[in-house]
Amino acid sequence: MIIFKVENLVKYFGGLAAVNNVSFEVQKGEIFGLIGPNGSGKTTIFNLISSYFPVTSGRIYFKDQDITAFKTHKICKAGIGRTFQVVKPLGRLSVLDNVIAAAFARVQTKHEARDLALETLEFCGLAHRKEILAKSLPIGERKRLEITRAMATKPELLLLDETAAGLNPSELDTAIDLILKIQDRGVTIIIVEHIMKVIMTISDRIHAINFGQTIAHGSPEEVANDPAVIEAYLGEEYAHR
Amino acid sequence: MKKYAPFLLLFILIIFPLVIQNSYYQHLMILVLMWVVIGSGWNMIAGYTGQVSFGDAAFFGTGAYTAGLIASKLGLSAWWGMAFGGFTAMAVAFPFGWICFRLRGAYFALASLALNEICRHIATIWEDLTEGMVGILIMPSFLSKIPYYYIALALAVMSVLMVQIVMNSKWGYYFLSIREDQDAAESLGINTHHYKMISLNIAAFLTGMAGSLFMNYMGFIDPEVVFSLHDISIMAILVGIVGGVGTIYGPVVGAFVMVAVHEFFRTGFFGFFKGLAALTGSEHLTVAAKYIGQAHVLGFGILVVVVILVLPNGIVGDWGKIIRKVIPMKTKGVTT
Ligand SMILES: Nc1ncnc2c1ncn2[C@@H]1O[C@H](COP(=O)(O)OP(=O)(O)OP(=O)(O)O)[C@@H](O)[C@H]1O
Ligand SMILES: [Mg+2]
Repeated sequence: MIIFKVENLVKYFGGLAAVNNVSFEVQKGEIFGLIGPNGSGKTTIFNLISSYFPVTSGRIYFKDQDITAFKTHKICKAGIGRTFQVVKPLGRLSVLDNVIAAAFARVQTKHEARDLALETLEFCGLAHRKEILAKSLPIGERKRLEITRAMATKPELLLLDETAAGLNPSELDTAIDLILKIQDRGVTIIIVEHIMKVIMTISDRIHAINFGQTIAHGSPEEVANDPAVIEAYLGEEYAHR
Repeated sequence: MKKYAPFLLLFILIIFPLVIQNSYYQHLMILVLMWVVIGSGWNMIAGYTGQVSFGDAAFFGTGAYTAGLIASKLGLSAWWGMAFGGFTAMAVAFPFGWICFRLRGAYFALASLALNEICRHIATIWEDLTEGMVGILIMPSFLSKIPYYYIALALAVMSVLMVQIVMNSKWGYYFLSIREDQDAAESLGINTHHYKMISLNIAAFLTGMAGSLFMNYMGFIDPEVVFSLHDISIMAILVGIVGGVGTIYGPVVGAFVMVAVHEFFRTGFFGFFKGLAALTGSEHLTVAAKYIGQAHVLGFGILVVVVILVLPNGIVGDWGKIIRKVIPMKTKGVTT
């Protein structure tokens, strides 16, 4: 079942086409990898989905509903959570309060929000840090807080923007575990990641873009062996070897 | 100890006018309580929600004029102002916030400054309604200060409780989220425009109530007094930051300190300069004494700088730091 799709998505910044006619469909429950070299438009696609700026053209559908014109907070309420590549902790609030604020998207009372937040912190493995101010977390845990906060809004679709970047090898393994655990909960995931180990091992399907345009899509093996992808990442001479 | 401090304070405030019968001190305490209300409102929108208002006088003056006009135009008791002043202030805040919160950053602060001036000019020019610079004079309801004192106290307690309850609810978490990061807040399903409006309207409501109280208590208002940029709007900011931005009891402490400081300047260091001038017969000192009272804005400015440098989180926010400085022995060897 298709839970999410974008059709002919275009975004111009001035004269620059950051996203140029990208279309894809995401199956319910899958981990969908979105890859591309630096500046290829991945974050911009996330920002379009979550409506941080309007699309130049194209349409976005979630659960058969056209959400292209939804405001950012409505996107969250509709069931799409996201993390930020450049993390945005609520710095002067404790980790727990960060997650409580998120939990209020689904519950009304402080008591329920606190319960939901604690449960989510436990699930994401950040419970031992709950009293700490968000701004004093090290980067690895800030990334984890991003995921925890998004999860507390009970998303059906989760957009992860480079949540594994900057993690050390052991943190990387726990991050992968967490993402798979989230998938086990029935949450559909679109993941942007540069670290090939992560994206290739956990994605069910991958969509590759360069200069805002689709260059390949398919299973991880297919995309990894696609000449256009190899060229985009390693330069032209490698593509033909 | 910390838990009981508010109750102790409340108890002291309740018995204060019964113990201290000097009407000058009672007057100052009424002002303190009024500033607790205004400071709590400012703290709501600026301290907790991060939208710094430079125009609280717009709401204060609207509340004051509501009470004044109810008395002068409708011939009713100005106390009706207490029922409506908060709402008329919201009626000013609503369209203002609706427009200005579409913009981020310094726009709100600048626009609130403009709102302050617009309101002051309207009150000055629309003489048919407001009597312009002549102002509005009403007969005071009570000769004693004690009724005013308890009304002010009730209002102050209500404000502090209201802030406390709101900040412990979904609204409070949403206000803080907006202050910390608007993009993150939106991604968490928070309609930032909507919740900024709620916060602003709570602030306007409290400030408008304080304005109505002021009209009833002082018996006289004019545009320069209740729409004053420095004596109301800037003073509100000072009450907020001196006490501690984003703390429940910050505005309480700030109100005490700032009313004292304001009075200190207004009276020329409690008559020190006047006395000195009389003693020495120096003409320069006589002139200086006159101007020092008017130069309190300058004093305010210096105070802001000092507070921001020494106690960036205000007296309540930096309480631990103050204690450590004052009683270094107590915490020796303890690493914090
Ligand atoms: N708000 C913006 N205004 C103008 N240009 C932008 C804006 N956001 C992104 N761009 C441009 O759009 C292009 C795509 O950027 P984007 O951040 O989407 O890339 P990315 O694939 O996420 O890259 P990275 O892997 O480095 O995160 C870049 O050329 C970038 O400079
Ligand atoms: Mg990016």
